[in-house]
Amino acid sequence: MTFTSVPDASDGALPTEPRRPTMASRVSASFAMFRNGKSIAGLIIVGFFVVLAVFADWIAPYDPLEKDFQALRQGPTAQHWLGTTHMGEDVFSQIVYGTRGVLIVGLVAGVLATLVAVIVGVTAGYVSGWKSESLSALTNVFLVIPGLPLIIIVASQYEDPSIVLISAVIAITGWAWGARVLRAQTMSLRHRDFVQAAKANGERLHRIIAVEMLPNLTAIIASSFVGTVTAAVLGLTTLAFIGVIPITNLNWGTILFWAQQNGAFPDYWWWYIPAGVCIALLGMALSLINFGIDEYVNPRLRSAGERARAMRKKGLSASSGVTAVRTAPADD
Amino acid sequence: MTILEFKGVTKRYHVRGAGDMLALDDVSFTLTSGQTMALVGQSGSGKSTIAKILTQLERATSGEVLLDGKPIPHRGPGLRRYRQRVRMVFQDPFASLNPYHTIRHHLARPLALDNVVPKDQIEDEVRALLTRVRLDPDATIDRRPHELSGGQRQRVAIARALASRPELLIADEPVSMLDVSIRLGVLNLLADLQRESNLGVLYITHDLATARHFSDQIMVLHHGVVVERGSADDVILNPQHEYTRALRDASPDPDKHFAGPTGEATTRSDAS
Repeated sequence: MTFTSVPDASDGALPTEPRRPTMASRVSASFAMFRNGKSIAGLIIVGFFVVLAVFADWIAPYDPLEKDFQALRQGPTAQHWLGTTHMGEDVFSQIVYGTRGVLIVGLVAGVLATLVAVIVGVTAGYVSGWKSESLSALTNVFLVIPGLPLIIIVASQYEDPSIVLISAVIAITGWAWGARVLRAQTMSLRHRDFVQAAKANGERLHRIIAVEMLPNLTAIIASSFVGTVTAAVLGLTTLAFIGVIPITNLNWGTILFWAQQNGAFPDYWWWYIPAGVCIALLGMALSLINFGIDEYVNPRLRSAGERARAMRKKGLSASSGVTAVRTAPADD
Repeated sequence: MTILEFKGVTKRYHVRGAGDMLALDDVSFTLTSGQTMALVGQSGSGKSTIAKILTQLERATSGEVLLDGKPIPHRGPGLRRYRQRVRMVFQDPFASLNPYHTIRHHLARPLALDNVVPKDQIEDEVRALLTRVRLDPDATIDRRPHELSGGQRQRVAIARALASRPELLIADEPVSMLDVSIRLGVLNLLADLQRESNLGVLYITHDLATARHFSDQIMVLHHGVVVERGSADDVILNPQHEYTRALRDASPDPDKHFAGPTGEATTRSDAS
C-alpha cells in the first residue's frame, strides 16, 4: 500500500485512482437504474410524447377544435393525416394536443401520490409499535378502496373539476401500493448496520431518513412513481371516456368519448384507433421503464437469455453448470 | 482517565409469543481508558447486547451505566456528548457502511456532527484519518464502500469510529467477517491506535486466541452471566469456570502446534 502525503488528485500515478465525482458523474450514477435496454426504450417513447405535448403548437397542423365543414368524418388524407371527426375537427391535432392533458395529469398525480407514499411508507417503516401498525392499517384501507368509483363520485360532485383536482383524486387512490413497498423496504433498511452506525454517531432522525436511507430507496421510489403515472394515465382516459371529466379537458380519453358518442365504432377507425394506440404505447413505455428499474434492483429478474448472451460474450458457456469457470487462454 | 462502569445491568427482551428472554443477568464491569478488555462468549451469550447498551442503541432493563461516575443520558445533547466519547466499530464492514455514500461522507459526517475540527479543515482531517488507518487517502476518499475490500472497509469503519476522537472504543467482533489472512493486520492496527490515543477498548469476540493476543483483561460471558474474569493470561492458562475451559479447548491453540515459547506464533502472519 502506498502512502501519498501530498494530496494531489491530478497525479495520475495510480491506475486505480478514482476521479473525483463531478456533478455530472453523480447525476449519471443516480440514473444508473435507467441504463438498460428496456428502460431506454420506455424513456424514448415517453420522450416522444413529451415532445408532442411541449411543441403541440408547432406540431399540430390545426387547432384541435377548429372545424372544417368541408371534411366531415373523412378518412386520412394529405390535409388531415388522421382524418376528421363528425364536426370536421382534425384528429391528428386532437391527439397532439390531447397528449398535454394526459401527461400533465399523469405527472401531477404521480408526484402527489409518490410524495404521500414516501411520507407514509418511510415513516411507517421507521417507527415501530402502534404508530407503524396504524399507518399500515391506513395504507391497507386505501389499498382496498376501489379507485375508479371513488373518482367518479368525487369528480361528479363538481361542475367543472380542475386538472389539479382530478390529479389529486387519482393520487389519493393510487399512493397505497407504493407506501406498502416502501414500508417493507424501510423496515429492512432500519436494522442495517449502517443506519445503526449513523444513529450511534448521533445523526438526527431526519438526516438518517433523508441522507442515509432515502438514497437507498430511490429505485423503489422511482418505480412507484412510474407505476402511479401509469395508473393516472389509464384512470384519466377512462374517466374522460365515460364522460365524467368535462369535454373542455382535451385528452385521448375525450377523443374516444366523442368517437363513441357519434357512432365511430367500427367504421371510422381513424377516429378511435390512434388514441387507443397512444394510450397503449404510453402505458407500455411506462411499464418498460419499470421493468428496467426492477431488473436494476433485482438482477435475478434479468432473463436467462440475456444472461447467457452476456456470458457468451465473455467466452463462458451458460449450459455448463451453475458456476461458470473461465477457461485460461492457451498461451497464458 | 475515563472510566466507564457497567453496574448490575440486566436486559430482558420481550419476545412475542415466547415471553421474556433474559439476555444479560446482573452484569458488572469497568472499562478504563488505556486498557483493553476482551469480552468473550459464544453466539447469543449477550456480547452484542452489551455493545448495544453501551452505544445506547438499546436501553438496559435495570442497572446503570456510568461514565466518570455519572449515569449516561438517554437523549438530548448529553447523549450526543456521550456518543462522541464512546464509539463503536461494527462487526460486518459490508453492512456498516452506507453503499450509497463515498468514504469521504462516512468520515466527514462524524467530524461535522461533533464539531471536531472547523468546517474548512474537514477534508484534511478525513485524509489524516485515512492515513491513520493505513489507507491511501487519494485512492480511497472518493470511492464507495463496494469498491473496497473487506479489510479496507473495516479500516474505514475504524477511522469513522475514531473521527470524533473518542476515549473508549467498542469493537464488536471487528475481524470475524474478514479474511483470516487480514485479521491480524486489522487487530494490530487497533492495538496501535489504542496505544497512540490511549483508548479504552472493549474487544468483543468469540475467539480466545485473539483475545489473549490483544487484551489485558478477559471477561467470559455465558448465557448473559459473567462466569469468569481476570488478566488475559490467567483466564487462558488457568481457567476456573468449566465453560471457559471448554471454550479454550475448543479454540485452535497455536502454541500447541508450533510449540512457541510464549505464544509468539500468533503474531507471525501479520498481513498488513
